[in-house]
Formats: sequence, structure tokens, C-alpha cells
Amino acid sequence: MGRITLDKVRKAFGDVQVIPPLDLTIEDGEFVVFVGPSGCGKSTLLRLIAGLEDVSGGQIRIDGQDATRVPPAKRRLAMVFQSYALYPHMSVRKNIAFPLRMAGLDKAEQDKRVNAAADVLNLTDYLDRRPGQLSGGQRQRVAIGRAIVREPAAFLFDEPLSNLDAALRVGMRLEISELHKRLKTTMVYVTHDQVEAMTMADKIVVLRAGHIEQVGSPLELYRAPRNLFVAGFIGSPKMNLIGGALAAQHDATTIGIRPEHIAVSTDAGDWHGTVGVSEHLGSDTFFHVTCEGIAEPVTVRVGGEVALHYGDSVWLTPDKSQIHRFDTEGLRIA
Amino acid sequence: MARAVSTRRKIATTALAWAIGLLIFFPIFWTILTSFKTEAQAIANPPLFWGFDFTLENYAVVQERSNYMRFLWNSVIIAGGSTLLGIVIAVPAAWSMAFVPSRRTKDILLWMLSTKMLPAVGVLYPISLIFVQFGLLDTRGGLIVVLMFINLPIIVWMLYTYFREIPGEILEAARMDGAGLKEEILYVLTPMAIPGIASTILLNFILAWNEAFWTLNLTAASAAPLTAFIASYSSPEGLFFAKLSAASTMAIAPILILGWFSQKQLVRGLTFGAVK
Amino acid sequence: MATQHSRSAARFMMAPAVILLLGWMLVPLTMTVWFSFTRYLPMRGDSIERGLEWVGFENYVRFIGSSSFWPSVQATLVIVGGVLAITVVLGVLLAILLDQPFWGQGIVRILVIAPFFVMPTVSALVWKNMMMDPVNGMLAHLWRFFGATPVSWLSEASVQSIILIVSWQWLPFATLILLTAIQSLDSEQLEAAEMDGAPVLSRFWHIVLPHLGRAITIVILIQTIFLLSIFAEIFVTTGGSFGTRTLTYLIFQRVVDSQNIGLGSAGGVYAIILANIVAIFLMRIVGKNLDK
Repeated sequence: MGRITLDKVRKAFGDVQVIPPLDLTIEDGEFVVFVGPSGCGKSTLLRLIAGLEDVSGGQIRIDGQDATRVPPAKRRLAMVFQSYALYPHMSVRKNIAFPLRMAGLDKAEQDKRVNAAADVLNLTDYLDRRPGQLSGGQRQRVAIGRAIVREPAAFLFDEPLSNLDAALRVGMRLEISELHKRLKTTMVYVTHDQVEAMTMADKIVVLRAGHIEQVGSPLELYRAPRNLFVAGFIGSPKMNLIGGALAAQHDATTIGIRPEHIAVSTDAGDWHGTVGVSEHLGSDTFFHVTCEGIAEPVTVRVGGEVALHYGDSVWLTPDKSQIHRFDTEGLRIA
Repeated sequence: MARAVSTRRKIATTALAWAIGLLIFFPIFWTILTSFKTEAQAIANPPLFWGFDFTLENYAVVQERSNYMRFLWNSVIIAGGSTLLGIVIAVPAAWSMAFVPSRRTKDILLWMLSTKMLPAVGVLYPISLIFVQFGLLDTRGGLIVVLMFINLPIIVWMLYTYFREIPGEILEAARMDGAGLKEEILYVLTPMAIPGIASTILLNFILAWNEAFWTLNLTAASAAPLTAFIASYSSPEGLFFAKLSAASTMAIAPILILGWFSQKQLVRGLTFGAVK
Repeated sequence: MATQHSRSAARFMMAPAVILLLGWMLVPLTMTVWFSFTRYLPMRGDSIERGLEWVGFENYVRFIGSSSFWPSVQATLVIVGGVLAITVVLGVLLAILLDQPFWGQGIVRILVIAPFFVMPTVSALVWKNMMMDPVNGMLAHLWRFFGATPVSWLSEASVQSIILIVSWQWLPFATLILLTAIQSLDSEQLEAAEMDGAPVLSRFWHIVLPHLGRAITIVILIQTIFLLSIFAEIFVTTGGSFGTRTLTYLIFQRVVDSQNIGLGSAGGVYAIILANIVAIFLMRIVGKNLDK
């Protein structure tokens, strides 16, 4: 079981309020991702849950029991760190067994669990090596192995993939998702990468300056961002945000339209503009189009290859049903 | 980095560097050489670099006459004891400052350093009084305590700079893995810090071994270490060069060997991390 | 960043070191300051139990007023200054030399560093007898070889001799630290200057020396603190005679030889003040480095 409840949890360093009172419930078995720009307090929030930092106020409950003052060792939580934080002087086997040794399990049980974890994570051949002799991906797996052997109430991940190169990151993303499906244990995952959030989460928590901007499933956030911040943060490439007269036509201060919801034509459409830089990804092409009456270049996403070049004149037509409207406060107009 | 250097220049540099190196090392070399001569040959004119009768007699005489082994043993006990005692006190302190820094950590570190700068002679009499009071004069225990205090700031500093290189996340990982404070220090921090602790012990052992103010002033016969043993050679004149050399060689040999292993730590330990 | 729990544990673990050092510093220091304001001559029966006579600043005035005070300050300054000048200048040159590629670098480095590990009493005695003895010393042989009259070093050129001995001990320290500093110099910077056509001397002057500035300052400060209290080197060579009585040695004589504790303590307070002035500068540099 691993239901984590934050009740008016607050954190201040000296006079600086890092996290204003915040409520959040993480259901048992859920994969929750905290996402936000750097400095938004997402790592601090995770460390508060872990017990590596004291809360300045409020209560943290794990499975209904008050854990606010419980030391990290006693919270039944396992954590995977950004730097992996493996013990460099211990073999992989000893690294993975360390939490079991601390829990006082007998040697046979330790071996059994370590072997099982190594099997799941493809580490069997590396058990007698030191962390220094492993690649980044393997180290990451050892860190995960060390977390799963304890059978914790929940896993905490602190930007675990940010030290890996792009290709490995995609692979590990899948492995972690796979692990979650199999173990069905609560996972709390911190990242600044919205792609990781979108691909892995059951529930995303978007944070900015310690505030929760929105909580919801990836698709809820994609379809109905509650405010301009979430609208701009979720989705890649970013949603086009347009103000001024064009927005006024839709009774809004700002309107947003995602690049994939704009049609391109060479002869007719709503907005006329000139093609700037285009990015060819093979499967998709992103055009940056400078339009008359729109301050920022509009990003458009087109499937496959399209024969448009720098300086070409084009017409853009947004899908009316996909236009997001925001008021003067930046809040979504339903 | 690899740059082509002309062979001629390299030969010139080699010659110059070796010449200077040998010149600087000469007093030590000459002492070691003389220790194997007879007293007559030791003061031969012109000086003998070769062709003398190699003898170990001086070493035997020194040991016999002044009981070298007892001084050596005192040096080992005093240097070793003060270093280990210092380590035991400094490890927890350095742990605290490196991993749980507060606003005052920097001030405390600097203050500790400042105690190192107190001129010993300024507190010589009070310390002797205290020693007399507690019966510590001319005891190894008393010197262990004093030298521990002398070197404690350096020990704390060195350990602190080594500990700071250990990522805090690893200790947090241990905490998450269920380790209490004791397990964290015993199973995670200490093994990782062993190279640093070893270097600290090495350098401070050398410093304590060579300390020559307190050891000269607070000992008489029973607790005197090698520094005092050698100082006792300062009065007799005449035919004693070879024996002085033998005594000196025995006093410095162990530490020269240890010292060569500690070059890197020397810089770190004596500049308080300010030069890397 | 940490929890309340670990912060209180930290305070608890720091306590022994802090309390012990505080005691080590405060107790003797307080006693020295106290004695410095009293007439305290144990040979004449003065003792703490019987109560010491308070004499105000008399000892301070007498210490400065004594005929040995200014010569001792002068001796201290000449010895410290001389050793600093020699070790820094030769240290820089030697560090640059050792940084060049040549055969046997490791061995030469060991040879150069060795004197630092020789205990002060040994190096003083070895120099006094093996090197500087006017009859059988190596220097006497050398002088005779060139047809000169051997010098009685420790009486005729006593201050210079002490400077030589102490410089020999500390040159390795300066060299080692400056060598470490030189090795951290970005070689690309030197190569860029070479590409820009700067000749060797100006590269040294404009790039190497400024880079070494900080290390040189540190060498000077740390050595000053140690040199101000050199003791064994004087104790076993001249015993403070022939103009080699430094401030430290003068205080030592007042306390140990003439058993005038009040006067010696006043001298000790002066020495402490002097050392602290140097220490403040060193602390600033070290402190700045801590913030990084």
C-alpha cells in the first residue's frame, strides 16, 4: 500500500517560502509526475515526502499514518537519485543488498531478493563489479534495483534520467513504465522534461514557484490546460500563444493553438505569412511562420515532408474547435 | 598537453634540475654517508666520498649509549597517539561541517585555524603549570594531548576538504535505505573517506613526529622523543660526526620514507585547501 | 540543507572538537594575560597559591623598554624576511624548472622535497656540524679548496646562517605549493600567448606570475606564521647568541632561563598580537576560498 497525502505542507528556508501551503493526494499504485521548470520546488517537494527535509508546516501521511516527523529510514519509501548515489566502495550485489542488510534480513533472504532483482533488471552478469565499472544506464538500473528489493510503499525518483544520453533515456523511460505496470507500486517521479511527464504519468502535477498549477492526467492537461503557464509548458513543440486583436475576435485576452492543430495551404486560409526556418524530423516537419498581425512566429506541425521553403508565402488555418481561450488573469475560459 | 620539446633543451633541463636536486639533497646525503664511516674518516680532509671503510659501528654505539630504541618508541607513541586521538575527535566534527553546514560553519572552521596560529611560546608557562598540576610533565600522555591540540585544526580541515568531495546524495541514499546515523557513518561515509583519512593520518603523523617546541620543553628523560634525543647531541664537540650522522639518519629515515608518499596531501593539508 | 534531526546530531558531534579547542585556547591564554599583569618570579617564591602582585602594565613597558627587545624584533624581521625572500624567489624558479619535461622528474622532486621532512633539531645539527663547522664542515673544506679561510659561520655570520638553514627547510614547501599552482595553469592560455607572439620573459611576467599571485600570498602567510615561532633551529645552533635572539627566543629565555613569568607573559601577548595580524590576512584568503 502506498497512499501519500500532503495536507497544507509548507516549506521555508529562513524567510524564503519555497513551497506555500499545498494539498495533494497520491493514490496507491499511481504513477505521479511532478513537472516544472528548474527552481519550481519539485525536488524540494519530493525531499519533503522522503523525509530528507523537514516540513515547515502541515502534515504528510503515508497510508493514513502521520509520517511528518518520521525519519527517512522509517518511511518505507525508496528513492532513486539523479546522480544514482551508488556506494562506490561496494559491489553491485552489496549495493542492492544494502537496504536489506539495514533491515536486518538474513543472508539467504538477501541473496534471494538480490538475485531476483538482478534478474528483472538484467544485472546478473554485473553483480560482482563495482559501480565505477558500469555504464550510466547500468548504474541507473542498480539504483533502481536497490530501490525495488525493499518492496517499499512507494518509489521516489528525482530526475533519474537527466544524466543519460538521449537514446538511453527513451529506453529507461520504457523500463521504468514497465516496472510500474508490473509492480503496481506507487511511484512519484520528478522531472523538468514534459515529454517524460506525458509519456509515463498517470497523473501530472505541474508546479511553478512551489504552487500547484494543475493536476490531471496527461491528456487532461493537453486538452484543457487550466492557465497560460500549463498551456505553454505541456506539449512539444509549444502551443502558439497569440494576443491582441486576433484574441479579441475570440472574446479572450490570449488565445492558444497547438502547432498540430493548424492547417497549411499555399493559396487560401485565415492567416497569411512567410515561412521562416523549418525543422525536418522525417515523420514531421515544423515550420516557423511569420504572420501578419501576430507578433511571435507561429509554429506549425505538418505530418511527413512538405515542399515549403524559406521565404515562401503560405496561409494558415487554425482548427476552431482546438482554440484555447485565456482571460486577463491567464486563466482558461471554459 | 604533449608538446614537442627539443632533445637538446630536455638534456639541459635534466642536467640543471638534477644538479639543483642533488645540491638541495646534499646535506641529507652527506649525513647518511658519514654515518657509515669511522670517526676519523668522517673528518678526513679532503672529505671522503668513497674509499672509506664501510661500518655499522656507529649505529650500534648510538643505540648502546643512548638507548635509541626508547626515544624511537616514544616518538612512535606520541606521534601516533596524538594523530589517532585527533582523528577520533575530528571525524565527527568534520562530518558535521561537511554534510550539515550551517551559517556558522565557516566561522568555526576559520576560528579553529586561528588557534593553530597562537605562538606556542606565548602559552608555554601556563601549559607547563597545568602539566605540573596534573603530573603530566615528561609523560607521553601529556605530549599526546598537547600535540593532538596542535594538529587538531589541520586534521579537521583536511578531513573537511576530503569529506566535501563525497556527494551528499550518497549519504541521503543510505538514509533512504534505512541506515541510521551510526550505520551511515560506519558503512558508507568511513569506507568512502578512507583514502582521505589515511592521507590525513600520514601528514599529521609526520608533523607530530617533527614537532620540536613542546617535545623539547615538556620532556626530560622518560618521555623524550627523537627530537629531544637529537638535541642532546648539540653540546659535545670533537670526534662525534659519524655518531651524530648515525643518530640523525635513524631519526629521519622513517619519516623521509613516509613523507615521500605524502607530497600531494602536504599541499592540501598545509594550505587548508586554498591551493589545489 | 537537512532535517532538524541531522542538525542536532551534527551539533552534538561537533561539540567535542569545539569545546576541547576552546579550552585549549582560552585557559592558557587567560593565564598568560593574567600573568602578564603580575609580578611573577617563581624563583623568589611567587606562586598562584600565595597570590600574585598586580603590577598593571609594568611588564609590557619593561619588555619593550629592555635593551634586548628591539634587537630581537630586528632579528625576527631579518630572519623571517630573509627566509621569505629566498624561499619565494627560489621556489618560483624551482617550480618552473620542475614543471619542464626532463628525465627523472619523480626522483628530482623527491630530492627537492626531502628537507621538509627532516625534523628541525636534526637539520639544525646537521648544518651546524656537518656543513658549517669551521674545521670539519663541508663548507670549510670547500673554502679551503678555493684557497679561502674557512668562516666560523654560526658566530661570524650567525643571522645569515640561520636564514640559510631555515630556508633549506622551507624551500621544499614553497616549491611544492607553487609547483601545484603552476600545474593548474591552463596550458592553452600560454599557448595562446605564444601564438600572439609574446616572448618567454613576458609570458612569465604577464601570465605565469599573476597566476601564481595567490599561491605566493598563501606561501608567504603560512610560512610567516611558522617562521615567527621557529625555535629548535636557534635552540641547538646559537642558543640565541650572536644576534639571533628572535622575539620567540627572547620570550622563551625570559620564561625558562630567567624565570620571569610576568615579563615573559607580556612578551607572549605581544607575540600573540603579532601572529594574529598575519593570521587575519591568511584567514581572509582561506575564507574567500571556502565560499566557492
